[in-house]
Amino acid sequence: MLLIHCPWCGARDEAEFRYGGQAHVDRPPDPNAVDDREWGEYLFVRDNPRGRFSERWVHSAGCRRWFDVVRDTATNEMSAEVPSRSGRR
Amino acid sequence: MAEPYAESPLATYTDVLERSSVRGQLRIAEEPFLAQVTVRVDPKSPAAERVGTALGGMLPNQSGEVVLAGDLTVLWLGPDEWLVVGPEGRDRDVQERVTAALDGEHGAVVDVSANRTVLSVTGPRARDLLNKGCALDLHPRAFESNRCAQTMLARAGVILVRRDAEAPSFWLLVRSSFARYLADWLVDAAEEYRSGGGEP
Repeated sequence: MLLIHCPWCGARDEAEFRYGGQAHVDRPPDPNAVDDREWGEYLFVRDNPRGRFSERWVHSAGCRRWFDVVRDTATNEMSAEVPSRSGRR
Repeated sequence: MAEPYAESPLATYTDVLERSSVRGQLRIAEEPFLAQVTVRVDPKSPAAERVGTALGGMLPNQSGEVVLAGDLTVLWLGPDEWLVVGPEGRDRDVQERVTAALDGEHGAVVDVSANRTVLSVTGPRARDLLNKGCALDLHPRAFESNRCAQTMLARAGVILVRRDAEAPSFWLLVRSSFARYLADWLVDAAEEYRSGGGEP
């Protein structure tokens, strides 16, 4: 089990969290201006690196806040957690 | 016409919880019908200060901090979210005072008294019992008096409040629909203390 550092509550078990996928995926400002291919990529296509990956987590069984972490997908090492810039506090 | 009638989620468990308590070691009991009001407001706004004044103590701003204000207990639930717990029947009064203190500023005041019920777990064995299903370090060094945490106990979401570290005393605030499950789990987990000394 991963021990995840919530920026508000500190270290808690992974079971208290839900995964929110890749961080910093911005919604196209005008969805009508993009074609189907671009919209499809926004909806479905995500990076899948081996190594450092910015992703979102929510402390669903705790303070219920979203935050971003950088996780190494090869080692599960997590760092640089800051309150999420793209979600609610 | 029907008479107004309230039954707590663990009304039928009073005897069961009483029987699973061990004199001088462990006591499990429901504290039904406590008033609970959720407050959300920007912690840096003047409104947050007014809300604190109206409740008789500043809103806690540290993670897991608990502030006692007379007969009210204010729990930190998030950077802009608090739960005010008070004796039965205080919900309307708290709601009105906090709403008046907000004075139209952006915020939320909701009576959630029926959302959760409160189980009190007290006695020298309380920490051992809770740690069977909770991953948090509940030693007084790490989790002192008047601290709270939202976490999972036996996979059920709870708000855990340490009321007193000297004579270990905890509150478990659990959603009504999980209350009987959690009570069953507590009774089962407390079995070994009932049958003497903690030996298997």
